[in-house]
Amino acid sequence: MGHLPAATIGDLHVAAFASTETYIASRDLEVAVNAAVTLQRPLLVKGEPGTGKTMLAHEVSAALGLPLIEWHIKSTTKAQQGLYEYDAVSRLRDGQLGDPRVHDIGNYIVRGKLWDAFAADQPVVVLIDEVDKADIEFPNDLLLELDRMRFFVYETRQDVVAKHRPVVIITSNNEKELPDAFLRRCFFHYIRFPDRATMERIVAAHYPDLRQDLAREALNVFFQIRDVPGLKKKPATSELLDWLKLLMVDDLPAEVLRSKETHVVIPPLHGALLKNEQDVHLFERIAFLARRGER
Amino acid sequence: MFAPFLLALRGAGLPVSVTEYLALMGAMHAGVAEWSVEDFYFLARAVLVKDERHLDRFDRVFAESFKGLEAAEGLTARALPAEWLRKLAEKLLSPEEMARIEALGGFEALMQRLAELLAEQKERHQGGSKWIGTAGTSPFGAYGYNPEGVRIGQDKSRHKRAVKVWDRREFRDLDGDAELGTRNFRLALRRLRRFARQGAPVELDIPDTIRSTANNAGMLDLKLVPERHNAVKILLFLDVGGSMDEHVRLSEELFSACRGEFKHLEHFYFHNFPYERVWKENRRRHDRVIPTEEVLRTYGADYRLIFVGDAAMSPYEITMAGGSVEHWNAESGRAWLERLTGHYRRSAWLNPTPESQWGYTQSIAMTRQLMERRMFPLTPDGIEAMTRELGR
Repeated sequence: MGHLPAATIGDLHVAAFASTETYIASRDLEVAVNAAVTLQRPLLVKGEPGTGKTMLAHEVSAALGLPLIEWHIKSTTKAQQGLYEYDAVSRLRDGQLGDPRVHDIGNYIVRGKLWDAFAADQPVVVLIDEVDKADIEFPNDLLLELDRMRFFVYETRQDVVAKHRPVVIITSNNEKELPDAFLRRCFFHYIRFPDRATMERIVAAHYPDLRQDLAREALNVFFQIRDVPGLKKKPATSELLDWLKLLMVDDLPAEVLRSKETHVVIPPLHGALLKNEQDVHLFERIAFLARRGER
Repeated sequence: MFAPFLLALRGAGLPVSVTEYLALMGAMHAGVAEWSVEDFYFLARAVLVKDERHLDRFDRVFAESFKGLEAAEGLTARALPAEWLRKLAEKLLSPEEMARIEALGGFEALMQRLAELLAEQKERHQGGSKWIGTAGTSPFGAYGYNPEGVRIGQDKSRHKRAVKVWDRREFRDLDGDAELGTRNFRLALRRLRRFARQGAPVELDIPDTIRSTANNAGMLDLKLVPERHNAVKILLFLDVGGSMDEHVRLSEELFSACRGEFKHLEHFYFHNFPYERVWKENRRRHDRVIPTEEVLRTYGADYRLIFVGDAAMSPYEITMAGGSVEHWNAESGRAWLERLTGHYRRSAWLNPTPESQWGYTQSIAMTRQLMERRMFPLTPDGIEAMTRELGR
């Protein structure tokens, strides 16, 4: 493999993004992040819930040594709120109360997350989390802002231009289709569910003092559960890590996890892995059938 | 340089444009993928693909366009031990072929030449064009050996990689659509979007605001109402197999059109008529069945149910217990259809058979009656009529 080139943002040189002690990134993810950083394009990250999409932004910010600005999107979030908001209501109130501040409209412009990022004195990492939660027009309203990294404040006739193009990381859970024009401006990465070897590295990174036998049995059970057909929500990395923590706190012996046959058993503390009652029922049924088969 | 690759991607239906191509060139120029085919693959994937449904198609085109590149890299890695090659050749070549090789100057001479070639290629690789343009100098190919030889040489390369990343096709399950030619359906399905007032308060209710501000002695008191947004939920039941085979393409087109339109869309497959079980993955139809009961329990009555099927079958498959052609059904298909339409009040049946021919098949007439005449032809007009029916 070729060695990692250092990434550059404008004229600023930063270390390239790579796996760290606490975050295991696959090679394709490293390439995607470094491409996005180098070419200063937003990176759109998709993948199963719990595979570390949001964590990625934190890790990129740590790896590049840049501050992180998080913008969490809700169903009611408007694109405009990321730029600025004009607080007309406060101004009206101040007007009614005779406050002298009312004469300067600039007093009522509230900066949004993107303005903060554009105005920062050094490049920053901007996380736009769960962009698919917002209204269907939300990505379209940010096209120019993400492309040119500038916007216009109508109230004060002010042109806000980014001092340094921020590194933008956008996550999506695929609840809505994103418009083509928006996708065109992004790089895209789909975080695949990690295979067993990667998962072992991830577990080792998070719980270095976990007993070997327990880790092995727990991973066996975990991948067995993921293979059960018909689960509504397959447990992902974050669920596995939570579950391991519980197992460690309870200090269970590895034998508890070892199923005698190849049959599936309901694992102890399964509440951390199975997140809805249909899945738990499914499991109970499979365990029941397995027991009946033994007779 | 990669223009043919780009054109091949477009040919496969990936929406790549000059913008992406320039971005890829820019990234290559900036040295993001340094002299490694695999990094180049990762980079091209990040830049050119924008939707996980296209990843599998991208992998296939990539494998097709860059076939042979990896072989060159494997061979340049290091010179192969001579005995190993000889053993390989002995395994692969028939005695007659070996005799012909003798005529060409003997095995030793050939091995000598091969070693020279390998050395030459190594130098070239050090010169910087490691993975482009060396495919033609494959030593085995030059001497007309069995091409297997090249492939085996590649397998034993330092990468120890049996299958290339893009040949694994790990994203196959995500490729769910046949996008082209679905415009008509998209337009018609858009009508299904119902604008319901629900959700968080975000729109200013001016009359209420004026009233409450007046009540508040002139101090501003804002009143908000929920904004309109799309809240249509769809359950799609698709008929596959048997008499539907010629209509599967049409159904798939409808299916891919639906994908982009709704917040909630679930699809299930059935064969001929819905019975006590359906399935989600056509390949796994025998071991991953879902009880219809569970569908009824899981998805609330606010879902709209759409069947897609030609409803052409023996009438017994509808009316009789045990009438299914595939398995023993304890209850008749009619009972299950009535159960489904009873739960999902807003349901419809889309039929790919032209409407003019419905009268000639008894089972179509029966199904239509069971659906209370909510059967529509699978055409844009039919879909529009269906959306009007479901949107009420």
